Amino acid sequence: MDSLILSIRLAACVSVILLLIGTPLAYWLAYWNWRGKFLLEAIVALPLVLPPTVLGFYVLIALGPHGPIGKLSESLFHRGLAFTFSGLVFASVLYSFPFTVQPLIASFETIDRRLLDASALLGAGSFRTFAKVILPLSLPGIVTAVVLSFAHTLGEFGVVLMVGGNLPGITRTASIDIYDRVQSMEYAEANRMALVLLIISFMVLSTVYGVNRQIGRRMWASWAAR
Amino acid sequence: MLKAQLQKARSARARSSFVLDVAIEIPSGITIVFGPSGAGKSTLLDCIAGLLKPDSGRIEIDGEVLLDVEQRIDVSPAKRKIAYVFQSLALFPHMTVEQNVAYGLAELPAPQRASRVKAMLEAFRVQQLAKRKAREISGGEQQRVALARSLATSPRVLLLDEPLTALDEGLKKSIMEDLRRWNAAQNIPILYVTHSRSEVDALGERVIVLDQGKIISTGTPHEVLDAPRRSSLAQASGFENLFSGVVTELRESDGVMRVRLVKGACEIETPLGHAAVKTAVRLAIRAGDILLATERPYGLSARNVIAGKIIALEQRGTMFVAQVAADADRAVVFTVHLTLGAKRALELDVNQPAWLVIKTHSCHVLED
Repeated sequence: MDSLILSIRLAACVSVILLLIGTPLAYWLAYWNWRGKFLLEAIVALPLVLPPTVLGFYVLIALGPHGPIGKLSESLFHRGLAFTFSGLVFASVLYSFPFTVQPLIASFETIDRRLLDASALLGAGSFRTFAKVILPLSLPGIVTAVVLSFAHTLGEFGVVLMVGGNLPGITRTASIDIYDRVQSMEYAEANRMALVLLIISFMVLSTVYGVNRQIGRRMWASWAAR
Repeated sequence: MLKAQLQKARSARARSSFVLDVAIEIPSGITIVFGPSGAGKSTLLDCIAGLLKPDSGRIEIDGEVLLDVEQRIDVSPAKRKIAYVFQSLALFPHMTVEQNVAYGLAELPAPQRASRVKAMLEAFRVQQLAKRKAREISGGEQQRVALARSLATSPRVLLLDEPLTALDEGLKKSIMEDLRRWNAAQNIPILYVTHSRSEVDALGERVIVLDQGKIISTGTPHEVLDAPRRSSLAQASGFENLFSGVVTELRESDGVMRVRLVKGACEIETPLGHAAVKTAVRLAIRAGDILLATERPYGLSARNVIAGKIIALEQRGTMFVAQVAADADRAVVFTVHLTLGAKRALELDVNQPAWLVIKTHSCHVLED
């Protein structure tokens, strides 16, 4: 069960961090048009197609004692990041990035631009417009973003193995635990853990769809009926 | 007084790529900006509000410069104190009516804000909806709330982009009356954009006619729209009959000329224009300006009597629309508007012969 708690802790940290950095980035990508934007969009989407081992490999190098981030951490905190929980969080944030940013962009983009114009004409600055108009109207997208990044981090395997290794209580997450147990023929243990992960994933996703449906119905039904 | 002088090239991606090139001075009261779809009306309003940046130009309100491209002055929309009601209204759907109206009053202390909101809701007669969500109220109520919201901030100019198009006449009139009553005290310039001829007649004040980004006419609705000089304007301002023709004869002493329609064999007497004999012209005649008779009329002052046959009759609301072909090939078909009573009294039917009577001065000669 330690590995499961570790997985959930990791997923929670990652979703919170992603929401904090993903929201401004998604806002910027949704509302600003500039020449090189497609490059940034491609970079954001990259983890969707990259093999986890490739991402994991580069992150491991970067976090290692000779990598830039490893060196920085060494000089700031006198310890490296490879094979630590913090390193795992860092790698998972990169890996789940598109799962947060893309639903956010999609929901920001569906907001009628005239609402933002109206807000500006009524004297609101961009921060007030964001807080009072954009955020409440993109609530379904935000819920989706948080839950998807949570679920995606919960189930990740390749990146964790590359960056975190397999240290019990520190980096051995549930999915790695399952792999380990299968390797050592403990099928009953593996099955128990796998079943728990399956149930959690299903519950999380049905919550997203259910909540979005509720919000969506409340927000748009009467509006669209006109 | 709002003064604006603006040039803006439409982006290459847009449907039509014209240049908005206007210089206007708008006194307080309602000024209508009229023109066909795509004439640049909304672009003009967006530039004045600061949502679009013109390529060059200058905007000032009561002497305060809001935009001067040369001097790099460009006051942000939030600071222009210009109210703008969009065609879509853009009420915040997740807020109540009250919250919508209070949105622009964030800087006021709470008690003052509450009393201003209350006053605005009462002025536009929506106080009973204060606690309802904006998405839950009817179209006409939404218009009132949108007006109350944008006027609550005591703007210096009000821009209206076809806000009433979707409403029925009675509702439109009552909302406009409330707006006029409100503006009697405030006395700010109001720019009202529309492409609907009937709205121009109903509002009936100054009109600026915009076509392909340029002002082609200004004046009262009567002066501007009853004697259009361009066919795109004629189409827009509700001339149902538009024909191509050639001038055949000028009778300068009578102040008239004769125009033979290109198709068919019809010849029509029109007021004297600038055209010479044999030049091509366009003729515009309003469907409501044509009389219809079931027998050949005589003893008339009207100079144009055209024999034809009714080929279609259709009821539209409280009016009948008749299509009358002036020849057997149906090359020239006139559209005529009749009242229900006239249709009944004449016992009109399809395939019946009919005579069209058109006064010389109901025929407008246009430049193409």
